[in-house]
Amino acid sequence: MDVATAAVEKITALFTDTVIGTQESCGQKFVEVQRDRIVDLLTFLKNDAELSFECLMDLTAIDGLNQGAPERFCVVYHLYSFRNNGFLRIKAYVPEGDPWIDSVSGVWKSAAWAEREVYDLFGIQFPGHPDLKRLLLPEYLTGHPLRKDYPLRGLGERDNFPRYVGGA
Amino acid sequence: MASQAWQHEGILTTKLSEVVGWARKNSLWPMPFGTACCAIELMATLASRYDLARFGAEVIRFSPRQSDLMIVSGRISLKMMPVLLKIWEQMPEPKWCISQGACASCGGIFDNYAMIQGVDRFIPVQVYVPGCPPRPESIIDALIKIQEIVEREGLKSRTA
Repeated sequence: MDVATAAVEKITALFTDTVIGTQESCGQKFVEVQRDRIVDLLTFLKNDAELSFECLMDLTAIDGLNQGAPERFCVVYHLYSFRNNGFLRIKAYVPEGDPWIDSVSGVWKSAAWAEREVYDLFGIQFPGHPDLKRLLLPEYLTGHPLRKDYPLRGLGERDNFPRYVGGA
Repeated sequence: MASQAWQHEGILTTKLSEVVGWARKNSLWPMPFGTACCAIELMATLASRYDLARFGAEVIRFSPRQSDLMIVSGRISLKMMPVLLKIWEQMPEPKWCISQGACASCGGIFDNYAMIQGVDRFIPVQVYVPGCPPRPESIIDALIKIQEIVEREGLKSRTA
């Protein structure tokens, strides 16, 4: 039995109240969960002696606006187990009106910057994050450009610089 | 330059503004603001095959305080525009600007929130070079056009 199947069995038994379902895509299993116990769940996956998903390969988000997803936003965790050479994806749904999910930067330090990027581009808050500020975009920006309802040409940011006044 | 009397003695008579213009146009010190593929073409223009040094502009200065010609080569993003403005302000007058390539001139294919739609919205540009990226011949042509502008600059103060 591969490690992803074992992981799915374990967390479905242990976290019955959070797990929504399990699916498979491109030969890789993923588990859809609610956001409430995400830190407990990922800590378990990391520390379990048999599974040992020690590596957070990626942390990103999806805006599923008008795509029939259970909630608009979805934070995705890509995990990798060196010991078992197996991948697992965790998708945690985050509602539009109150977009937050607990920070996992206490579990993996590498999550800190990834969470800052997600905050920067999607506007999802991460309670428990040590320093949640924009990572890529300038700090004076107000919008979150990877949201599907953000206009392609922006909200006028690209035109709001002072024009040089001097000799010409 | 005008020259009439004393020519046989090796002496020219001319206007000071014309001498200054002639000296300036043949010793332009460019400040390359290279952010993308246009900068690669600019480097090719400076290298031995196309050799911008033939036009007196071989001293590429990476310090804005020592240069008088800014060549904006490449796309300018939301985060880069304040840097460009700061560097332009640091260049001493008189100064000129070439906007090289489609991105620097009008945003090019990048028509989105993060990309400046032409640096001439914020700094004065004298010569635009079309192309994506422009070939070295176009850049040399732009430099010759800048030289014509520099020659006519004269002695008037820009800031007055």
